Amino acid sequence: MSFSVTEPSNRQKWFAGVLVVGYALITIMPLLWIIATGFKSPADAIAYPPKVVFEPTVEGYVNLFTSRTRATEDMLAELGEPTTWYDRIVRQYDMVITGPSRYGERFLNSVIIGFGSTFLCIVLGTAAAYAFSRFRVPLKDDLLFFILSTRMMPPIAVAIPIFLMFRQLGLNDTHAGMILLYTAVNLSLSVWLLKGFIDEIPIEYEEAALIDGYTRFQAFYKVVLPQAATGIASTAIFCLIFAWNEYAFAVLLTSGTAQTAPPFIPTIIGVGGQDWPAVAAGATIFLVPVMVFTILLRKHLLRGITFGAVRK
Amino acid sequence: MSYKPIDAIAHATPDPIANKVRGLSDRAIAWIFVAPSIFLLLAVNIFPLIWTIRLSFTNFRVNRPNNDVEWVGLRNYERILNDADIWNTMQATAHFLLWTIVLQVLIGFALAYLINKKFKGNDMWTTIIVFPMMLSPAVVGNFWTFLYQPQIGLFNYVIGFLTGADPSSFSMIGDTHLAPWAIVIVDTWMWTPFVMLICLAGLRSIPDSIYEAAECDRASKWRQFWTITIPMALPFLMLAVLFRGIENFKMFDLVVQLTGGGPGSITTLTSIDLKREAFEKWRTGYSSAYAVILFVTVFGLASIYVKALNKVKER
Repeated sequence: MSFSVTEPSNRQKWFAGVLVVGYALITIMPLLWIIATGFKSPADAIAYPPKVVFEPTVEGYVNLFTSRTRATEDMLAELGEPTTWYDRIVRQYDMVITGPSRYGERFLNSVIIGFGSTFLCIVLGTAAAYAFSRFRVPLKDDLLFFILSTRMMPPIAVAIPIFLMFRQLGLNDTHAGMILLYTAVNLSLSVWLLKGFIDEIPIEYEEAALIDGYTRFQAFYKVVLPQAATGIASTAIFCLIFAWNEYAFAVLLTSGTAQTAPPFIPTIIGVGGQDWPAVAAGATIFLVPVMVFTILLRKHLLRGITFGAVRK
Repeated sequence: MSYKPIDAIAHATPDPIANKVRGLSDRAIAWIFVAPSIFLLLAVNIFPLIWTIRLSFTNFRVNRPNNDVEWVGLRNYERILNDADIWNTMQATAHFLLWTIVLQVLIGFALAYLINKKFKGNDMWTTIIVFPMMLSPAVVGNFWTFLYQPQIGLFNYVIGFLTGADPSSFSMIGDTHLAPWAIVIVDTWMWTPFVMLICLAGLRSIPDSIYEAAECDRASKWRQFWTITIPMALPFLMLAVLFRGIENFKMFDLVVQLTGGGPGSITTLTSIDLKREAFEKWRTGYSSAYAVILFVTVFGLASIYVKALNKVKER
C-alpha cells in the first residue's frame, strides 16, 4: 500500500466513526420507538418512565384494523366464548369487534394512487425527457425551467383553484383526480431525473441503430429504454415515495372514498385521546416499505432529492 | 432500383407501431413526446395559478357561490399587507427558516465531513441516517407529538434524564416559548441528512491532487480546510440551502401535524395560515391574493439566490 497524504489516519477514522454512529443511533431512536410502540399494550405505551423492555402484544394492530364497541357483561355472556385470537384480545377490555376499520381502505387508496401516478409519471416523463435530451426543442431551457418551477409553488396556493376545478369536473375525492394531481406534482422530478439518466447514454448507440435502419421510435424503445432501465426504476421509486408521503393535497381534496393513509393515520382515536399503539402500528406498516425502498435506492438517493442537479 | 442493405435490415424489423410513425420527422416526434407533459402541467399548475391571480382581485367565497362576485381591485392585497397577524406568521416562518437552515447546514456539513473520512461501514450508517428524510412528514410529525408529551414522552424523558429537570415540568408543543423550537428540532432531525448527502457529494468532488499540492506547500490542515474544502464545497452547500429554503417556505404537513399552528398562533407558518383562510374561513378572494404574494416571494427570492449561486460556481 502506498502512502498518501490525503488518506485520513486510523485515529481520525475511528473518531469520525464514533461520532457518526452516535448521531445515527440518536436519529434512529424515534423510528425504533414507533415500531416498538406498535407492539405495546396501551398501558405500556404511556407508562412512566418510558418502557424499553415490555411484553410484546399485537393489540395495537388488532385495534388498527378493527372498529370496536364496549359491551355490557350481559351482552358478553350472551356472545359466549371468543372464537378467534383477535376476539380474545379485544374481550380483555370488555369490547367486541363490530367490523373492520377504515385503515385497510386508506392503505389501499395510497397503493392505488401511488402506483397509478407513478406509472403515468414515468410514461410521460420518459417521453419528455428523451425529447429534451436528444432533440432540438424550441425554448428548451425555458420549458425545462418552467417544469422545475412548478415545484416551487406552495401546494396550498394552487389547491383553491384545483379544488374548484375538480369540483366542476367531478374529480374531487376520486382516485382519478388524485392520480392526475400527483402525476402533475411529480412530473417535474421525473422529467429532470430521467433527462439526466438519458443524457448519460451515449448517443452513438442510437446513431448505430438509425444507420441499421431503425426508425427513431424503434431506436427509442429498443435501444434507449433498455439502457435507461435502472434510471427509470429509481425515478419510479422516487415518484412513488413522494406520492406515498404527500399530505397537503390529500387532506384538502379527499375526505371519504379516495383518502390516502397520511391524513388518516393521525385521526386514529382510542378511548380518551389518540390510541398510540394503533397509531404506531399504522405508521409502522406505512413507513417500513419506504425504508426498504430507501435501502434499494441508496446509490441514487442524492440524484433523486436534488432533481438530478447533483449526480455521483 | 439499386439494392440498399439498410432498407433490407429496416424491412426485416417490422413493427406495427413503428411503421405508423415511420414517416414522422424528429421534430414531430419531439413535440409528440413533450406535449402531453407540458399540457398536464399547464392544466394542473398554470391554469390554476392564473385562476388564483384572477380570484385575488375579487371578493369570491367558495362557500357562497350564489353571491355576486365583485371586482375589488387591489383591496385584498392592501388588507393583507396591512394585517399585523400576517406579519406575525411571516415572522414565525422566518424564525423557522433561519434556524432550520443554520442547524441543518452546521450538523449536515459536520456529518458529511466525518463520513468523508471513509471509516469502515460508513455506507451503512449513511443509509441509516437518511431514513427520517424519506418518511411521510405528516405521519412522523404526528408521532412526534407523542414523543413530546410531558411525563410519558420519550423526548421529555431523555431531556429530563440529561438535565435533571422534571420531564413533566415542560411541554415542548404547549409552551409558547418552546413550540417554535419544537418544530425546528423535528425539521432538523428530519432534513439534516438531506444537507449531509449534498455536502458529501461536494466533498467527494474535490480532487485529492489539490490537497497533495497544498501539503507540498506546507499548508496547515486548518488552512487547507478554509482555503480548499470550504470554497470548493460552497456551491453544493448553497444548493442544499436553496432546496431547504424553498421546501421550508412551503412547510405545511409536518408542522400542522405537530403543533397545528399553536399554541395560539405562535407556530402558524404562512402555509398553515393560508390553509385556514382558504379552507376554514373560506375567504377565497382574500386567500388567493395571499397565495399570489407567497408565490411571488418564493419565486423572487429563489431567482436572486440562483443568480448568486451561479456566480459562486463560476469562480
